[in-house]
Formats: sequence, C-alpha cells, structure tokens
Amino acid sequence: MSKITIPFGPQHPALKEPENFMLVLEGEQITSAGINLGYNHRGMEKAAEERTYLQDLYLIERVCGICSHSHTTCYITNVEELAKCETPKRALAIRTLIGELERVHSHLLWLGVAGYEMGFETLFMYTWRDREQVLDCLELLSGNRVHYSINTIGGVRRDITAEQKTEVKKRINYLMERTNYYIKLATEEPTVLARTQKVGKLPLDVAIERGAVGPTARASGLARDVRKDEPYLIYNELDFKVITHNTCDVFGRLVVRALELVESYKMIHQVIDNLPEGPIAVKVPMKIAPGEAVNHYEAPRGEDIHYLKSNGTDKPERLKVRAPTLANLQSVAYMMEGGWLADVPLVIAAIDPCMSCTDRAAVWDAKKGKTEVYSWEEMRKMGIEHYKRRGVDFSKL
Amino acid sequence: MKIIDKLITWSLLKSPWILHFNSGACNGCDIEIVDALTPKYDVERFGIVLKATPRHADILVVSGPVTRQQAKRLKTIYEQMPEPKFVMAVGACGCSGGVFNGCYGVIPGVHQTLPVSVYIPGCPVRPEAIIDGVVKLIQSVEGKK
Repeated sequence: MSKITIPFGPQHPALKEPENFMLVLEGEQITSAGINLGYNHRGMEKAAEERTYLQDLYLIERVCGICSHSHTTCYITNVEELAKCETPKRALAIRTLIGELERVHSHLLWLGVAGYEMGFETLFMYTWRDREQVLDCLELLSGNRVHYSINTIGGVRRDITAEQKTEVKKRINYLMERTNYYIKLATEEPTVLARTQKVGKLPLDVAIERGAVGPTARASGLARDVRKDEPYLIYNELDFKVITHNTCDVFGRLVVRALELVESYKMIHQVIDNLPEGPIAVKVPMKIAPGEAVNHYEAPRGEDIHYLKSNGTDKPERLKVRAPTLANLQSVAYMMEGGWLADVPLVIAAIDPCMSCTDRAAVWDAKKGKTEVYSWEEMRKMGIEHYKRRGVDFSKL
Repeated sequence: MKIIDKLITWSLLKSPWILHFNSGACNGCDIEIVDALTPKYDVERFGIVLKATPRHADILVVSGPVTRQQAKRLKTIYEQMPEPKFVMAVGACGCSGGVFNGCYGVIPGVHQTLPVSVYIPGCPVRPEAIIDGVVKLIQSVEGKK
C-alpha cells in the first residue's frame, strides 16, 4: 500500500493549542510521526532578561495558564536561593496548598479533555462543572481564577483565614465524592475501557530511554515524582503515595491521574489542618548577588526545571525553562507509531500536552555556527563536577 | 437588502457559531473560553456553538498575542470563513500584546493581523466578560440591520 503524509494541526479541532504532527500513514495505520514545534514561540526567556525579578514573576506566570503556579514557584525558589532569603514556613505551606489545588484543577481539566477526545462528552461536561469548585477555592484564596499570583519574592501575597479554610474543605469533600465516581467510571465504563486499553503503549524501558516525566512515566510503572524524590516546599512533612500503574497505555494514564486527585485532596486537608503560624513574607532586596541556581518542581504534567543566573543587578542574566511537555513529546512520537489514525487525538491528549509551556524553549540555539557535541561521559563528568562545587557528591552513582 | 442577506443576518443573530483559535496564548484565556461553554456559564443555551472548522464559523475568537509563526495561519483561517464574519480579540494579549509586548516572537495585538470587531480585556478574561463581548457584538450587528 502506498504511503501518504497528512498534517495534524496547527489548527485542528482536537488540539486546543497550536502544534503540528506530520503523520505518515499506510491505510489507517501510522508508520511514523514527526513533531513540529514553535507555533507558540513568543521569546519569553529573552524578555525575562529585560525585566526585573518582580516583573518576571508575572511574566513567568504566563508561561502557561494551567500550571502557572508551578512555574512561578520554581522560578521564585531560584530567586530566593540566590538572594539567600529564609522564606517563612507559613508561606511555604500556602504555596503547597495552592500547588495541590492547581494539580486538582489541571487533572480534572485533563479528565474532561480525555473524555472529549474519546467521544464521551458527558464526562467532559461533568468534570468541567466540578472543576469550577476548585476554581472557586483558588479565587477565594488568591482573588484570581486562573493566574493566582499568590507568590511574591520572599513569601506569599495573601494569608488564609479560618473561614476560608472551612470553605475550601467543604468544596474538597464534595470533589472527593465526585472523584470516587470518576474512578468507578474510568475503571468500569465499557466505552472508556474500549477507547483506552492497549492504546498508545509506552513500555517501561522506552519511557526511561525517552525521558518521560510525570503521570506519563508513572503510568508506565516508573515511580518518578519530584515531590518524593527530592522534596521541596513542605512535601517532606506530608503523607502521600506516588501512584503508579503498569498497563503502560492511555488507560493507565487515566487511572494514575484519577488516583492522584485523591492523594491531592488528602494533602490539601493535611496542609489546612497543620498550617504553621508566623509571617507570610519577608523583605528581599531588589538587587541579587551573582550566582546560578537550578530547581525542579513536580508540575501537574511532570518535572518542570528552571535555571536562573543572576549578575548582581535587579534583572536576571539568563533564565531557562524546561517544561514537562517537552520531555514527554519524544514518547508521543513512539506511542503513535503503529497505532491507528482515530486514536491520535487521544494519544496526544494522554500526555496532557501544554504547548505554551514548551514552545518558549523549542527554538533556542545556544552557540550559532559553532556546535559543540558532548559525549555521554563528558556530560556526566560535567554534571558530577557541577554538583561537587555545590557540595553534593554523585560520583558513586 | 436582499432576502438571502436578511436570512443570513437573522440566523447569525439567533445562533452565532464560533471558532476558537489559539495564536500563541498562555492557555489562560483558552480554558476560560471553554469554561464559558461548559455547565456553569453554558453559552450554548443562547445558541452559541463551538465549531471545528472555519468554514462553519461566524465569529473567530482569537486568544493570544499572535506569534510570528501563527500570523499567516491566522490570516488563512480568516480567509476561509464565509461572510459575514467577525473577529473577537480575547485577553490583554489579543488586545495589545499584554505581558508579551516587546517579545521578539510576537506581533502584538490581533488588530495588526486582522480587522477586529470586539476587544475583551483581562488577563485572563473572565467567562462573564466573554459572554458580555458576544452580546455586545450581537447588539451592534442588530443595530446595523
């Protein structure tokens, strides 16, 4: 049979964001898939160099509208590390609370989008209705529905009152009930099972090889979660499980996200019940001493990495963001190959792609005209040396 | 006015079909647009339906500051829409570039690429504002009729 190539995107009803996949088809089956990025490239990293640290906070928030808190928290941890400021415990707890609320909103949103791609529109309407409860919580706590802007350099902007606590708990209890229903639906409903099982396979070894992160990796049985592996904020004090599943398909990703919702509700209750007393912010000078910092954060979609270099002024020298979707895109190409054309939207949706996160980074050529290729050993050596300077020894690994 | 034009305007006012296009937005406005279509705000009860192809759409809802990559695609999509057609610029980015004003990958504001009928400010816009924008657009078309 002759092969044909069809473009999928940048404007496609199944895609909420611009991205382009070139699918090579043999009949209904996909033989290979190529990914084109850059439709969403705005040049934010360059823009960040021209603004002050505080202005950048609001720019970084708009890297992505769904995981805005993840990006700002990761960025601000870097800034605070460079400024050597002691962030109050209460502020860290509030950041954790908002972070988990954000995960709930993002996973519910994903559940709806996945339902929509399956052709199960009732699920889409249900989850989006319930998602309003989380948005109400976020609005109550921060004043905004989408870009919460709760973070500020040195702490958080707003404190949490007793009434707010009861209100949030009430809504979370309602969501808990609804989520139990969704878990039942995801694991028993014949339509869902038929559409998701054995679709978009990503075996464990491929997931490791292609560097999958977040729920995509966890659905392939890879227990990789920054919250557990290298706890930040107050995650080391919270009691939660890392959810994994071993079916390695879209069904696994569905189950992982649904069960992660339950873990998030548990964490929200824990944070609210044990909110430490004290101030919510400390003052940080405008100018920040020269230095470099790297931090990672478990965003709803996976590991988000921020690198920040300061030069002693009130503006950063360089900012680099590695969003989770960029790490997962390699896996998508693998998942689509050998699959059916009709499953493509679902497979793409299954990693919960976020192109606005990814595309600021895709078109960055570090050294134009002079390409340097490092071998694996050299890269490893550089990494070990870098961490040695920071006081961590990885040479035994 | 010919009878066919009257019919087209009447159907546009009764049930405006929209096409959502993300031209490099941060997703904030996009999820609020979808929010406006889902149960809490539910604009579908007024006949506003989200369509998948530009050939079916009356109103093009553009979110985002129009990246250089997306500008020519945005134009193509606008050209594919049948007359009468309207453009709604959603969010501070769509109105003026917003926080991305000055970024090298951006042509700030939808108006630099397409003629815009309604601007809806806000970062991100609230679903109530989107509904208000659609109502204002319908009223202005009604006024012209």
